[in-house]
Amino acid sequence: MPEGYLPLFVFLIVALLFPVVLLWAAALVRPSTPGQVKHEAYECGIEAASNARGRYTVRFYIISILFVIFDVETVFLFPWAVRYRQLGWFGIGEIGVFLLILVAGYIWAWQKRALEWV
Amino acid sequence: MPGNYMPSAAELFRFSPELLLTAAGTLLMIFEAITSPKQKRSLPVFAFLSLLAALALAVAASSDPGPAFNRMLQVDGFATFFRVLVMAIGAVTILISTNYLKQAEHEGGEFYSLVLFSVVGQCLMATANELIMIFIGIEVSSIATYVLAGYLRDDKRNNEAALKYFLLGSFATAFLLYGVAWIYGTTGTTNLSGVRGVLLDPQNAPNAILISVALGLVLVGLLFKVSAVPFQSWAPDVYQGAPAPVTAFMATGPKAAAFAAFLRITMWAFEPVKNHWIPVLWFTAIATMIVGNFAALRQSNVKRLLAYSSIAHAGYVLVALTAASKTGTEAAMFYMVSYAAMNLGAFAVIAHVARKGERRVEIDDFAGLGNRQPLTAAIFTVFLLSLIGVPLTGGFFAKFYVFKAALDSQLIALTIVGLLNSAVAAFYYLRLIVIMYMQPAPEGVDTLPEPSLGIRTALVACSLATVVLGVFPSLVLDIAGRGASFIR
Repeated sequence: MPEGYLPLFVFLIVALLFPVVLLWAAALVRPSTPGQVKHEAYECGIEAASNARGRYTVRFYIISILFVIFDVETVFLFPWAVRYRQLGWFGIGEIGVFLLILVAGYIWAWQKRALEWV
Repeated sequence: MPGNYMPSAAELFRFSPELLLTAAGTLLMIFEAITSPKQKRSLPVFAFLSLLAALALAVAASSDPGPAFNRMLQVDGFATFFRVLVMAIGAVTILISTNYLKQAEHEGGEFYSLVLFSVVGQCLMATANELIMIFIGIEVSSIATYVLAGYLRDDKRNNEAALKYFLLGSFATAFLLYGVAWIYGTTGTTNLSGVRGVLLDPQNAPNAILISVALGLVLVGLLFKVSAVPFQSWAPDVYQGAPAPVTAFMATGPKAAAFAAFLRITMWAFEPVKNHWIPVLWFTAIATMIVGNFAALRQSNVKRLLAYSSIAHAGYVLVALTAASKTGTEAAMFYMVSYAAMNLGAFAVIAHVARKGERRVEIDDFAGLGNRQPLTAAIFTVFLLSLIGVPLTGGFFAKFYVFKAALDSQLIALTIVGLLNSAVAAFYYLRLIVIMYMQPAPEGVDTLPEPSLGIRTALVACSLATVVLGVFPSLVLDIAGRGASFIR
């Protein structure tokens, strides 16, 4: 192991010990009175109505996947737009190919009625 | 400067098979969306022809070998060998699947475009001269295959297979990517030739421990993809659950491409530190052969049996890799070709016998096949004999060259274990042949329809390839030898 990593290692040990020691010390001095109320959400919005692991319709997944696709589109379009002049025709060609493939997917999703809320 | 990114015409030509397949796959999706059900019948033909065209382009591109895209890709004899192999596998898969999908009432252009996209990824893996490019190739290939594994989405087994494959596959790829990060950290490059250059340089040899960790992580990812022990547990479940034509594809295409990347990484980039990885592969090869063969002995489902057999075959290829020589590389390349031919053929027969809903995939469902369809049974026998490694079949020379390479590299123990394993393997393949010919068909069995044109073509092509490889092995071995000289 190269010597330069020794401070890092010490730092790792300290970082691990710090919260453990702190919580342990606090547990020694604080009073312990557990209760039902303490398990509830405290100033964190509305109380939970049901279990978070319930089942919900698969349509939401389709919507979220479509969102991701078009979100990624913007992720690539934005840097291209910023460097539009420098990239020139090469950039136009590349983004054109990219958009063409994306539009193909869009046409497919549209014709497969993935955009409709049946 | 942007101008530097512009690929030259020669580079585009070297990359043209992948470009063609991507365009064809995208077009297939549009066709699927806008054509009438009657016109959709020509979609598999379109996919098949574009694969053949890409194959021709790949062969043409090999006349002008060289790097492409800033040395990200390296088009040479080695890349061409595996490119042609995975494209041929894709074409045969399409032949097997058309009738299967019709029976399942799930015909769709998406299936074929996914096959094409997966083949593009596998071509990238074969051509890549850059770890990041290998990673992208694996992802392109795998993501398409995950979807294919769950293609019949009403089928619970398909869903299970797809989910298992996806979860475990992503996990393994993460290991690979972490290994790539370590390699970059220690050598300062992710280019395979660059890594080799750093490792060969005695002036600033990188830390041996760091290189071992990096290589170990990359090997975990690759060994998972070739379903080697101890990363084999996904293969039986996924192969059994996926539709039979997809299993045929998964067991051959991605595996061949993974071995291509495996060979380039071990035999080219990390060849200078081969003492680090030879012991690892030695143990893995032995464990893979033993686990694959002995688990296959106890299977009653034919798809699961062939899944374990494919694990065992990965073990034999790993023996060739452990030899770490040019003959070893050649043997591994030859093995992948003959393995692809016999495995695709065997799965084509299974897809034919299984029929709608895959109700007939138990070993006993093959009883009496010798009487019911003598020709199908005879061809299946050829594939099974080749899987055993009987002379006059491709499987014989595949094993012969592997063990010859191992002996040349003084791997006596490994060769003995391998030969003993081949003997064990003969049992479960022969059992299938015996049941096919010596047991009467069970009572009340429905008649098996004649194989469709696609299946017939696939069977003829695969059995021809198997026999030709067994009679004139030098045809392929010479090409493999020329390809192997590029990386070794």
